[in-house]
Amino acid sequence: MLRKAGKMLLKKNKMDINIKITDRDGVTHEVQAPTDMNMNIMELVRAYELAPEGTIGICGGMAMCASCQCYVLNDVGLPEKGDDEEAMLSEAFHVKSNSRLGCQIHITEALEGLEVALAPES
Amino acid sequence: MIETDILIIGAGPTGLFAVFEAGLLKLRCHIIDALPQAGGQLTELYPKKPIFDIPGFPEVLAGDLVDNLMEQIKQFQPGFTLGERAETIEKLDDGTFIVTTDKGKKHHANSIAIAGGLGSFEPRKPLIEDIGFYENKGVKYFIKNPEKFRDKRVVIAGGGDSALDWSIFLSNVASEVTLVHRRNEFRGALDSVEKVQELKNQGKIRLITPGEVVGLNGAEHLESVDIEDDKGAHRKVETDYFIPLFGLTPKLGPIANWGLEIEKNAIKVNNALDYQTNIPGIYAIGDVNTYPGKLKLILCGFHEATLMCQSVYQRMNPGKKYVMKYTTVSGVDGFDGTRKEAEKAVVKSID
Repeated sequence: MLRKAGKMLLKKNKMDINIKITDRDGVTHEVQAPTDMNMNIMELVRAYELAPEGTIGICGGMAMCASCQCYVLNDVGLPEKGDDEEAMLSEAFHVKSNSRLGCQIHITEALEGLEVALAPES
Repeated sequence: MIETDILIIGAGPTGLFAVFEAGLLKLRCHIIDALPQAGGQLTELYPKKPIFDIPGFPEVLAGDLVDNLMEQIKQFQPGFTLGERAETIEKLDDGTFIVTTDKGKKHHANSIAIAGGLGSFEPRKPLIEDIGFYENKGVKYFIKNPEKFRDKRVVIAGGGDSALDWSIFLSNVASEVTLVHRRNEFRGALDSVEKVQELKNQGKIRLITPGEVVGLNGAEHLESVDIEDDKGAHRKVETDYFIPLFGLTPKLGPIANWGLEIEKNAIKVNNALDYQTNIPGIYAIGDVNTYPGKLKLILCGFHEATLMCQSVYQRMNPGKKYVMKYTTVSGVDGFDGTRKEAEKAVVKSID
């Protein structure tokens, strides 16, 4: 599914929004994110291969590993953290007040212009 | 030395199902896994979560799927080396292999099936200065022998099931148990949380929440830990052991140095035929492999395991023609002497 997503993402779609993702090497990528494919930020990072396979999304998106932790860099209306996300972040490392789990951030039109940086691998 | 036909590395669903398919071909299997129990990610990460895409199961809990697989393969009597990590591999002149674990146990097999998922699970180590120095000098990431902690003072950190369960267990063994967690809420089975509450009320567990162990002290051995609360205030707690339980994270580990072709943290295999790697006799199946179009799904792992077994059969019986039989037709003959078969139809004339 991700492979397919990767290809589809290359074509600009009117359902796309723009998101800036800073990878673990500090390089910022401006990517188009589809709002109509039931994707989250973790899957977006994987689709664009901004972090090596096996270092992100280890639990598959169940808020159970924190490998997709990212820092939210600007004020975009993000949904509140759920209990699972809150609990996982309380056990994760490198956590800051702006930490979120990418897998728990669903891509919607409201996220237009979002800027995030991936937390270090741990 | 353990002798087997197929040595499977990884006791996740793919590795377990490989035992069944191998058994149908009269091939024996032995499984190595770094975790102390079978099931891989399913048992370690999400035993209580449902899976919806196992053919024939509209919904199955990950833990139940593992139990079912163990039941399905038991008549083929797989051997297990659990709690040990496959470390080195040696190819003998006759094309067979010897795999040695980190504890030095040797396994001799005709073929190797790496079903290692995302790698072997290793403890997530908190980022505390000098923690490496205190490993084996008071810092423990696993509890293998609880008796080691008898009448000792123990500080446990973490907010999940293992932190709760070990706090409960050690409260009857250790002289003092302190549980430290960054917040007041714990994520664990409800009865574990209630039990810890009860033990706290009885004074058998000291709970420090919100708190975080931020420093370790001691000359030769751990003597105390520094705990910081959410307001930045520090306190020192004297202890003999510090046990951080922050879950496990998979690492490809030593397999990465076995000379296999690796791409994107996965092992390249020939998906046109038999999921063999660049080294004849070594296969990679399930999430650990990669090929064009690869999907990391349990059901794909089952398919890959099945074709791998056929290829090993050919390796071990060169030139022999194998005729595939349906289990419904042939039944299942276990190595333990049991036989499962379809009930015979009743043939009776009607007057």
